[in-house]
Amino acid sequence: MQSVIKVSNLTKQFKGLTAVNDLSFTVNKGDVYGFLGQNGAGKSTTIRMLLTLIAPTSGNIELFGMNLKKHRSEILRQVGAVVEKPDVYKYLSAYENVSLFAKLSGITVTNKLVMDQLEMVGLASRAKDIVKTFSQGMKQRLGIGIALVHNPQLIILDEPTNGLDPQGIADIRNLILRLSKDMGKTIVVSSHLLSEIEQVASRLLIIDKGKKLVEGNAHELFDPAQTIVEIETTNNSLALQQLQQSNWRNLLQPQRGQNILLKLHRNDVPALHRGLVEMNVEVISFQPRHNLEDFFLQITSNNQHVQAFTN
Amino acid sequence: MKYLFLVIVALASFQTASFCQDMTALVNKVKAKLDKVNDYVAEGNMKTDVIFIKAPVGRVKVYFKRPNRFKLKRDGGISILPKGGVTINMTTLIEGDHFTAFAVGDAVVNGTKVKVVKLFPTTENSDVVLSTLYIDEANLLILKAATTTKENGSFEIEMNYGKYMAYALPDKVVFSFNTKDYKMPKGVALEFDDEEKLTDAERIKRKKGRVQINYSSYTINKGLDEAVFK
Amino acid sequence: MYKLLQIELYKIFKRPRTYISFLAITALVGVIQLGLVKNGDDYVNFVMGNVMQSFSFDGKLLNGYLVCYILLQLLLVHVPLLIALVAADMISGEANMGTLRLMLTKPISRTQFLMAKFLASAIYTFMLLVWIAFLALFVSMFLFGVDDMVIQKTNYLVQLPVDDVFWRYTGAFGFALLSMLSVAALGFFLSSFAENSIGPIVATMSVIIFFTILSTMSIPLFQKIQPFLFTTYMVNWKEFFDPKVNADNAVIVGSLHKPERIITSAIVLIFHIIGFVGATMVIFKRKDILS
Repeated sequence: MQSVIKVSNLTKQFKGLTAVNDLSFTVNKGDVYGFLGQNGAGKSTTIRMLLTLIAPTSGNIELFGMNLKKHRSEILRQVGAVVEKPDVYKYLSAYENVSLFAKLSGITVTNKLVMDQLEMVGLASRAKDIVKTFSQGMKQRLGIGIALVHNPQLIILDEPTNGLDPQGIADIRNLILRLSKDMGKTIVVSSHLLSEIEQVASRLLIIDKGKKLVEGNAHELFDPAQTIVEIETTNNSLALQQLQQSNWRNLLQPQRGQNILLKLHRNDVPALHRGLVEMNVEVISFQPRHNLEDFFLQITSNNQHVQAFTN
Repeated sequence: MKYLFLVIVALASFQTASFCQDMTALVNKVKAKLDKVNDYVAEGNMKTDVIFIKAPVGRVKVYFKRPNRFKLKRDGGISILPKGGVTINMTTLIEGDHFTAFAVGDAVVNGTKVKVVKLFPTTENSDVVLSTLYIDEANLLILKAATTTKENGSFEIEMNYGKYMAYALPDKVVFSFNTKDYKMPKGVALEFDDEEKLTDAERIKRKKGRVQINYSSYTINKGLDEAVFK
Repeated sequence: MYKLLQIELYKIFKRPRTYISFLAITALVGVIQLGLVKNGDDYVNFVMGNVMQSFSFDGKLLNGYLVCYILLQLLLVHVPLLIALVAADMISGEANMGTLRLMLTKPISRTQFLMAKFLASAIYTFMLLVWIAFLALFVSMFLFGVDDMVIQKTNYLVQLPVDDVFWRYTGAFGFALLSMLSVAALGFFLSSFAENSIGPIVATMSVIIFFTILSTMSIPLFQKIQPFLFTTYMVNWKEFFDPKVNADNAVIVGSLHKPERIITSAIVLIFHIIGFVGATMVIFKRKDILS
């Protein structure tokens, strides 16, 4: 399979701090590549290195089979990116912003091209409005519109759902799926929230403290057998006792905080729910958790699993 | 002090008068020659030579009408003239009959033998305190005049005659005067400061100014409108 | 590159902030001209008081040329502040807005990016000076007419014939452009360090104000360091109004008293421009964009 990004032994040090540590990964053509890590894990630094905003301390980056340092312009012509916040020129209109960045990307700008792009991100009706008046979601969509205007092969979205409302998050998710499935783009999308990534990513990289934890196919990583459920009841110690005496006892996990944790197959979650009702446990909350912290818990409590994806 | 000075001058003049020949007649002859000109318009070049003034040579027009109307106009541009001085010409110097004149000796000006005549105005309101005239007796021309005034300091006028000698109108007039030191308040000019250090000789030279006018033509006694002196 | 420059200019002239400078100049020049229309003669009498004691001036002393000189004398000390407003914002403003990272992920080299940015601020500077020239020179010529220009220098008075003035203004504005470009270059340099606009704008203004004070104060201690301050050379546009004189102390039309001083100053300023912009390039090319 053709690789679009090939990163080898990438390291970045800032005055005594190693932000990215000997990181290697490959993104193949057509991937929606989820880039997961907690805040400060080194995601943004890595993405900035991919975009030449930050110079690596050591290591090598190849995009489209070309060395990034040597073929910078050629490569960046085929890349569209939104890095962190989708900041654009607030004193210019949406139309002016798209047109300006399209020109910078080296393409011929026509009115139709700009309007089509704004149409695609649902901003056509606000084309002439100054960006200052836009909501966060609209700015995000505009940022993506700008990233896509020159029809790049590789799209890099750094935390694209930050600060968005649920509708905004869903819009971005749908857009990513459309770009991938309908237009065959390669997409790198970073997030600190697993729930966002799992719905779109075909492949996944998890980093922590600048180092790779896991890289693999999403469907394998999101093993339904490894779902963590967090339960809060009116009397947690009583509920725990009852669970320890039930058939669910083998699924209990070491507690973190007050709540009860169980690891089970996703298909068994309804049965657990029913079981609690039958035991007369008064449930306050019942959450199959998908955040990164739990995922880390999941993969680190199963060392075999980690090794399976880090070879 | 001033009073004492006047007394000395008066005594001195009284004494010289007793020893020297009365020159009123000569001065009157010179005056008669000057009086042939009723009015004139002259054209020429003027050059202001004051060490602290950088001015270009400019074309000037000079208008004169008896008894004492005098106007110098720069032909397009601004004229910078020492106060009072240049407007005094020979006619105004020996205006009317209110003066005492006597010779104090002979001298040579520009190779011409001249009579040195002291002239005292006898009217109270005259600005001129004392004039020394260097008169070419043969041609009845004043070649040089040194004047002390009450208001405008002392100055010296030197004249060269040529084409218009018959009317006692000079081709060239050099007017010398003393100037105050030029001082620009610091900081006003906002310039890179490079004030040169001056020697005493230069400092004295800085205080001497000259205005030189070279006349190229005169239009004499053709009548002149009062308006030009406004 | 041309396209990039176009974009940079587009951005500059789309910002309301840019027009503050043009408005400020218009207001300032307008107010001074109004003042001089009303009380110009009093002003001239006051300024020339010293010489007017011994000399009489016949002609239009307060004409458009003199008014322009007065205006430039007052304005050119303050224009750097307006230049700083834009130049010191060129890079830091983009960093502050967050658009810098977007710009630099486009297929343009950082050298091109910086060149376009500096050229754009240079064009802004140029246009500001053209505006000043229009208001201070042409409008003054219209309002006050023209005549010989009589100005006071530190050590002497200069009279320039009316026909010998305009080219001097052309030279003076050209020189002023160099001065202002060195300010722009300084602002540009400082803006490459910061991620907000206020810092470099204030820093540029402070440097200019501080250096200008040191450059113009006649205190021996300061005079020793003046040759090392670029602000010292910035005021030398005035040299264009100092003609040479001949042996008779008459002004030689079309001459300059110290052309070498103009040339030296211009070279010093050009070196500063190249130095500041060059340093910006070197530093910025290696800079990690973290904004």
